[in-house]
Amino acid sequence: MILALVLTTGLAVAAGVYLTLAPDLFRRLLGLAVLGSAVNLAVLVAGRVGPTAPPILRAGAETLAAGAANPLPQALVLTAVVIGFVLTAFAFVLAVALRERVGTEDSDAIRAAEPPPVDPVKPPLED
Amino acid sequence: MGGLVLTPLLVPLATAILVLVAGDRAALRRVLSLGGALALLGCTLALLVEVEGAGRVAVALGDWPLPFAIELAADRLGASLALVTAILGVAVVLQQQSSADPAPESPGLHALIHGLLASVGAAFVTADLFNLYVWFELMLVTALGLLAHGGAARHLDACLKYLALQVLGTLLLLLAIALVYGATGQLNLAALAGAGGVPPVAVALLVIAFLIKAGAFPFFAWLPASYHTLPAPVLALFGGLLSKVGVYAVLRTLGDVYAGAPALFYEALGWVAVVTMVAGVLGAAYHWDLRRILAFHVVSQVGYMLLGIALASRAGVAATLFFTLHNILAKAALLLIAGVAFRATGHHDLRRTGGLYAGRPLLAVLFLVSALSLVGVPPLWGFWAKFSLVRELLLEGRYLWGATALAVSALTLYSMAKIWLEAFWKPHPGGRDVGAPVPGLVPAYVGVSALALAVLAVGLAPEALLRLSEAAASSLRISGGSAP
Repeated sequence: MILALVLTTGLAVAAGVYLTLAPDLFRRLLGLAVLGSAVNLAVLVAGRVGPTAPPILRAGAETLAAGAANPLPQALVLTAVVIGFVLTAFAFVLAVALRERVGTEDSDAIRAAEPPPVDPVKPPLED
Repeated sequence: MGGLVLTPLLVPLATAILVLVAGDRAALRRVLSLGGALALLGCTLALLVEVEGAGRVAVALGDWPLPFAIELAADRLGASLALVTAILGVAVVLQQQSSADPAPESPGLHALIHGLLASVGAAFVTADLFNLYVWFELMLVTALGLLAHGGAARHLDACLKYLALQVLGTLLLLLAIALVYGATGQLNLAALAGAGGVPPVAVALLVIAFLIKAGAFPFFAWLPASYHTLPAPVLALFGGLLSKVGVYAVLRTLGDVYAGAPALFYEALGWVAVVTMVAGVLGAAYHWDLRRILAFHVVSQVGYMLLGIALASRAGVAATLFFTLHNILAKAALLLIAGVAFRATGHHDLRRTGGLYAGRPLLAVLFLVSALSLVGVPPLWGFWAKFSLVRELLLEGRYLWGATALAVSALTLYSMAKIWLEAFWKPHPGGRDVGAPVPGLVPAYVGVSALALAVLAVGLAPEALLRLSEAAASSLRISGGSAP
């Protein structure tokens, strides 16, 4: 089980890095989202994977039964998933709005915030 | 009385909600926003006084036993930074309420500002590693809102670049937390410091993630790519605070929780700091846009702060804290002055401005105080900050690092002299009457004057704050240091 999760994580990291290095704006953002999922998997693997009994204390008991799952990584991943979802959604809305304004999806060609210099010595004149 | 620890988080959060509820009523929104900022200032001041007496004030949320509860704890380090955050918050809200930023103010702006203050304040007082990650994410979300706020192509472009590089940082942070948790089963910072068996690679990953947040070389590309698109009050908030949270996190990691990290880490951090200082100041020397110059100086000064941590000594950490407290206020003052200067001259580019010394002498004096303090000229706060840092560097035998720090100061002076000559000394090239009265600028002047006065006052009497920094460093887990 752990081996499968680890291999999946590695595969997701590879896919994420590949997509992130693409010139296309949307592929890059998709790559970041995939990388985020890979890291979430890593958090899950870092906890105890394997035991599946619900981590609920029996009445009067002070400790969990031996085969209980570890609930904490799942809580952590849930938090990370929510934040990751928000950021991904925001990033894509942002990218669509940006594409409308500059008319291209080539992220190397988008220089709206940093116009390329025309003079070899001095930076371009700003407002 | 442990409840005060929650105020750096709860007061700005409550203010943000109230401001949102106020909706379209602009006057009410402004009163609430300023009231919230002042309340935060009072609460953090009370917190610092309490911490000064007790040493450490902590609250375990949800009444769970430690280390399972999420703990919020303020020591002198966190409380002093939270206080400076609140001071900066008041100055920023004051300028936002002045006419320094002529763009119409959208209803959500004050809520975003207070959201940012809440996440920064909470990051300073949390004692839980995963909780720290959450505050970094909230900081990122509110910062994105503020960056995209303008809505033009350059704002969105800057916002997207900021997002992509920052998300990479938070992903590395989360991965590092996963490794640390996997190795120790702990997330509470005090428990982590006690638990052994953390692989050095996890600590390295943690530090790299925080260095991305701090804007250290070679991870600072997000900072000069985005900061110059912000309106002046928000720019002061970003330039003053955001990268310093990353520095604080590095300090908390290598100076407190993992103070026993391999010596190689500190050595590497020192060289990263040296290159950061040089790269930042050279970037600033190239630019002519006031906002870009000051943004690159943010990078440069992060290098100084990291140098103190790289000394791996109590005195070094104390110097870093003292320097950081100064830098947040002086840098913010300069960025707020840039906003007023833009309002008076109509331009940010130094080649198009001028005449501020003749037209606005008070602004010129405020700029001189803040700029010379940033350079490190006595008798200002910045002199003591650089003096204590360079003194430690030399005492520890780090002559090359110390010499670089001094050389970078000279280049900082060059940048400030350039701004002074171009924006203040020479006449306005467009022949504009720079001294013409602008209605509604008084709140901006009040905020900037308060910051400049603080810089001057601490410069004349640095004893109390130096003692506070030393006490803060001695309550951390860092030991050693051969300096007397």
